[in-house]
Amino acid sequence: MDPKVNYLLRLGDNALILSQQLCRLCGKGPALEEDMALSNVALDLLGQTRLWYEYAAELEGAGRDEDRLAYHRDAHDFKNCLLLEQPNGNYADTMMRQFYFDTWHYFLIAGLTHSSDARIAAIAEKSLKEVTYHLRRSGDLVVRMGDGTAISHAKTQAAADALWMYSGEVFTYDAVDHAMVDAGIAPRADELCTQWLAHVAEIFAEATLAMPPKDAWMQSGGKQGRHTEHLGIILAEMQFLQRAYPNAQW
Amino acid sequence: MYAQQVETGLSTVRTTADMADDERAFQARIDAGVRIEAKDWMPDAYRKTLIRQISQHAHSEIVGQLPEGNWVTRAPTLKRKSILLAKIQDEAGHGLYLYSAAETLGVTRDELLAALHSGKAKYSSIFNYPTLSWADMGAIGWLVDGSAIINQIPLCRCSYGPYARAMVRVCKEESFHARQGYDIMLSLARGTPEQKAMAQDALNRWWWPSLMMFGPSDAESVNSAQSAQWRIKLFSNDELRQRMVDQTVPQAEFLGLTIPDPDLRFNAKTGHYEFGAIDWTEFQNVLKGNGPCNRERLRTRVDAWEEGAWFREALVAHADKHAAVKEVA
Amino acid sequence: MSTQLSKEWPLWEVFIRSQHGLAHKHVGSLHAPDAEMAVNNARDVYTRRNEGVSIWVVRAADIVASSPSDKGALFEPANSKVYRHPTFFPMPEEVKNL
Repeated sequence: MDPKVNYLLRLGDNALILSQQLCRLCGKGPALEEDMALSNVALDLLGQTRLWYEYAAELEGAGRDEDRLAYHRDAHDFKNCLLLEQPNGNYADTMMRQFYFDTWHYFLIAGLTHSSDARIAAIAEKSLKEVTYHLRRSGDLVVRMGDGTAISHAKTQAAADALWMYSGEVFTYDAVDHAMVDAGIAPRADELCTQWLAHVAEIFAEATLAMPPKDAWMQSGGKQGRHTEHLGIILAEMQFLQRAYPNAQW
Repeated sequence: MYAQQVETGLSTVRTTADMADDERAFQARIDAGVRIEAKDWMPDAYRKTLIRQISQHAHSEIVGQLPEGNWVTRAPTLKRKSILLAKIQDEAGHGLYLYSAAETLGVTRDELLAALHSGKAKYSSIFNYPTLSWADMGAIGWLVDGSAIINQIPLCRCSYGPYARAMVRVCKEESFHARQGYDIMLSLARGTPEQKAMAQDALNRWWWPSLMMFGPSDAESVNSAQSAQWRIKLFSNDELRQRMVDQTVPQAEFLGLTIPDPDLRFNAKTGHYEFGAIDWTEFQNVLKGNGPCNRERLRTRVDAWEEGAWFREALVAHADKHAAVKEVA
Repeated sequence: MSTQLSKEWPLWEVFIRSQHGLAHKHVGSLHAPDAEMAVNNARDVYTRRNEGVSIWVVRAADIVASSPSDKGALFEPANSKVYRHPTFFPMPEEVKNL
């Protein structure tokens, strides 16, 4: 597969899988205002998915469209990172997953606005306001849950610790990532990692949370299609109608 | 409708003879089409009835997210998923606007939610039915939101300012809901034989419950008459239901689908559609808690609330800590 | 001192000035535990991703209102601005009432 197409699918898959996870929370958040906010984020991400997929499909030129990409690939062809497959859990789990992702996503998208690929830069430009807001929101909630009550602090620290090993995958570059860096398309891992660590440290300090160790073992494989057991279930639910009624228009 | 059979607490409609000066002045304002605002004097029964009506409406919007939330993860295209998600989000927003309107009457949202969770407060019967196929998303948008619009447009002119203004905002967004539902039905009706059967099946299951949404005939109802005098109910249940049928039958015909009512026929003399008898025992049972999904719907809302308690409390604790810091500084 | 006696999130009134508007308009209320969350929530509830608006939030308890017998409305009627830009579905011409 062409490295750029691969890269675009990674971006789209991340947004899609996280959006799908948030969709499951419809009407089930801890406050009405949270329901609104979650669905806002889910919608934003879905919009970004479609932009990445559209470009990927065009470049690929194999006659696939956004729905073909979303509904007719099996788990081993999905390239989202493992963090996003982790279950919604309690609200601390949900928001910590969101915060870890939003922080990376913000710095990545900001970097992509300078991409040598004009289309990628344009999509990033469009997405930047959204992801800036997502980060502000998830950061605000991490601070409040971390520096809230003893119970919320315990749940938030537990979430921070449990999800930590999924946070490094995005900074572990493979041949595809390196090709993007070399072509001036995407930012470097070390830059993003430094920015990510600094921001997470800042928020964690305010949240009175302990940073897990930087040198902890990190899970990986999502970008290469080696996923956790969660993804198969997520896709089975998401793709059901298209798979059950293969020749239908919706 | 979203607020069905709202109790006024009165056994007869108030007459001028019953009224003291301030109530007479209040009624005169209503009769003159002047809006009542939050800080204005109002009879206790008006206040209480509005709280019930508006909160029932709000609860309906919030619970209404669940039948559709059931399918948003299975939406068959990314475009349909986006649209459905936007609709669900709108419903949460409508609930919020309505709770805001209710709170202007001197009740807190937490009190209203407590009444919902305890089973004391009602929400529209329609949301106690299950969504069994993607076509249900079409049927709900078309029939349920379509019915809601019929009810809500007149409410934009109701006597209570905050409620009327909330309705204006809601109505702007609701037309998108009905259209997206009908668009789903169009796609299915024009699709494969299985899709067309899916659409017909959804119509079969949602038609009668949608007619029941408007509530039983209220020609004899004191509550309805009093609410009409207060201008918080502008048309009778039967009038609204008739409007819905008249509007919807041609839409179904265009889809090539059959409304599940063998007694449905157009009366050229009256210009209206006559329709078959509604099974009001089913409606009463659903209101009593015996609908297919009553328990699950309420359980889901109660669980979300209870499981979210630590989160809400944490944010209050954080706010307190930092307010204290600011005061000291 | 603002310690909440109950654990309920306080009520905030929300005022929005649209991109080309001249003044903030009252659009409704919401609950939030603090000012920053109130602004965030107001953005999600009342602007639906509409960029470039100005949001004011005020604790409802801090609002001082004139008495109803004063002339002049306190709150403007809700403006008819559409917050969302729905995808309008072209409906077949023959279909009415949608």
